[in-house]
Amino acid sequence: MTLEERRELDELVATWREWLERRDALSAHDIDELEGHLLDRVDSLRSAGLHDDEAFLVAVKRLGAVDELSREYARVHSERLWKQLVLDDDPNGGGRTAASGDLGAPGAPTSVLRRANGLAVALGLGVGAGLAVKVADLIGVDPTFFLRNAAILVLPFLAAWFAWRHRPPVGALAGIAGAFALAAVVLNAYPFGPGAGTAAFATEPSMTELLAAVHAAVALWLVTGIAYAAGDWRSGDARMDFVRFSGEWAVYYLLIALVGGGLSMLAVAVFGSIGVDVLPFVGEWVLPCGAAGAVLVAAWLVEAKQRVIENIAPVLTKVFTPLFALMLLALVVAAALQWNLVDANRDLLIAFDLVLVVALALLVYSYSARDPLVRAGWFEWIQFVMLAGALVVDLVVLVAMVGRIGEFGFSANKTASLGLNLILLANLARAAWLHLGFLRGRIPFLRLERWQTAYLPVYVAWAAVVVVAFPPLFAFA
Amino acid sequence: MRIGKDLVAASATPVVLGILAEGESYGYAILQRISELSGGELEWSDGMLYPLLHRLERLGHVESHWGASPTGRPRKHYRLSSQGAATLAEQRRQWDVVGDVLAKVWPDGPGGGGSARLALGGA
Repeated sequence: MTLEERRELDELVATWREWLERRDALSAHDIDELEGHLLDRVDSLRSAGLHDDEAFLVAVKRLGAVDELSREYARVHSERLWKQLVLDDDPNGGGRTAASGDLGAPGAPTSVLRRANGLAVALGLGVGAGLAVKVADLIGVDPTFFLRNAAILVLPFLAAWFAWRHRPPVGALAGIAGAFALAAVVLNAYPFGPGAGTAAFATEPSMTELLAAVHAAVALWLVTGIAYAAGDWRSGDARMDFVRFSGEWAVYYLLIALVGGGLSMLAVAVFGSIGVDVLPFVGEWVLPCGAAGAVLVAAWLVEAKQRVIENIAPVLTKVFTPLFALMLLALVVAAALQWNLVDANRDLLIAFDLVLVVALALLVYSYSARDPLVRAGWFEWIQFVMLAGALVVDLVVLVAMVGRIGEFGFSANKTASLGLNLILLANLARAAWLHLGFLRGRIPFLRLERWQTAYLPVYVAWAAVVVVAFPPLFAFA
Repeated sequence: MRIGKDLVAASATPVVLGILAEGESYGYAILQRISELSGGELEWSDGMLYPLLHRLERLGHVESHWGASPTGRPRKHYRLSSQGAATLAEQRRQWDVVGDVLAKVWPDGPGGGGSARLALGGA
């Protein structure tokens, strides 16, 4: 081969590389691997008598259609898809529309047209959610109505946004609608009693009512995820995508709430200084409509601007996992030094449950941002310390809870805490075991991820039990 | 004869694991081996092998490392893990069952048994 020919082939290969590099599903290493293959193929074709350019064309053709290939890569490396929407913005990203045949998959490349309309639809649904809250307010329902129905009023709009965006099958939508209808009936038809010890104030919710409301929100959020997964709720990847979405959504919602709250206070102060009292307006319109509408705006932001947070999520978990591991270790030491958790008051035990939930959230959130092929490093050891600490804390709290229940009998609150505790214990124990296997290189990372995604229905089931069965079991107290 | 898409997809994993059971290899050589073993009849577009290898790696069935070709190009080598060997044995048992059944319903060998072919044609 002459030098001239060599250069020609190099140029062809460079152009081909550039074309592949636009595909987000392919990493530089993947392209290196494919390039090695391409050149091997070119060499063998050339030795069969083909010219350079002919051999190159045949070799490229034999690699297969690039769209199909990148879709196949995306299916294997779904965490890369997560970054896809933003790279989509690249005006030079030619050939992208050809991949839009796969709209059904979550996070799949979406055509420019649908993205452009996305904001309008999200805003429309956000206004709808705000109005739904406001209309309920205007027809004069009592305050506990909002407590019970906040999720039922707002989340259908989020489900509608997912439905528009990911096109789930009708059967899935019917299932989601059924879950919402069931929750609405149960929460509003049950004759909840007045709050304990505060019978004078009828507006105070009873304990079963409060528990049912909180658990209904959790269950409905996860059920809404079925629409996000385009009905493919059995798929572990789709569930992980929804976990990612939930985490990012929480970050965005918090940001919007902070800025929105600050702006509202500023508005109140400025108008107050010129003698106009806008506080009632802010309290009655801006706050309820904003809080409901922001659910949709945050959802839109997550899908439109994924890469921004994508860089923050690993940093957040990296910062907080070691701190949290330290805190859990301190808790274990404190519990060992003064064995009086049984006497600790009830609120504290619930706080412990929350600590465990946060530990698990940190774990799952960092799983969701991790490259599964990277070997275990120091961070995974810290995660293991956190898991082990959480496990010990869970056991200590469990003993304390059983002690309290033995002493004072079952109540709705204590039973709900105990149930959550047992569910978390099972998850943490298995997660710690798998994590240890991963650290020792015995278990592929995928199994850790699969365990967490496979566990999601357990939360839905337990939440449904608390919503549906607890109020009658505990006499609506 | 062109082997159907579904059958190619179903056989891809056991074929690739089986070839890796013969020893460490890399993408291009695996494809050459498949083509050699099947007389060129079991083929899919070259590129599709790589996502499959990555999937197997993610599942822990194969392990990979970067090496270099004799001409110095970077090349990713794959080898079967012990878990992959177990998976291969399991898949082999399943395919043996399927093979046995097919051998029993088509006793006359390829192209023979007019009635069996008629039954297939009607399916």
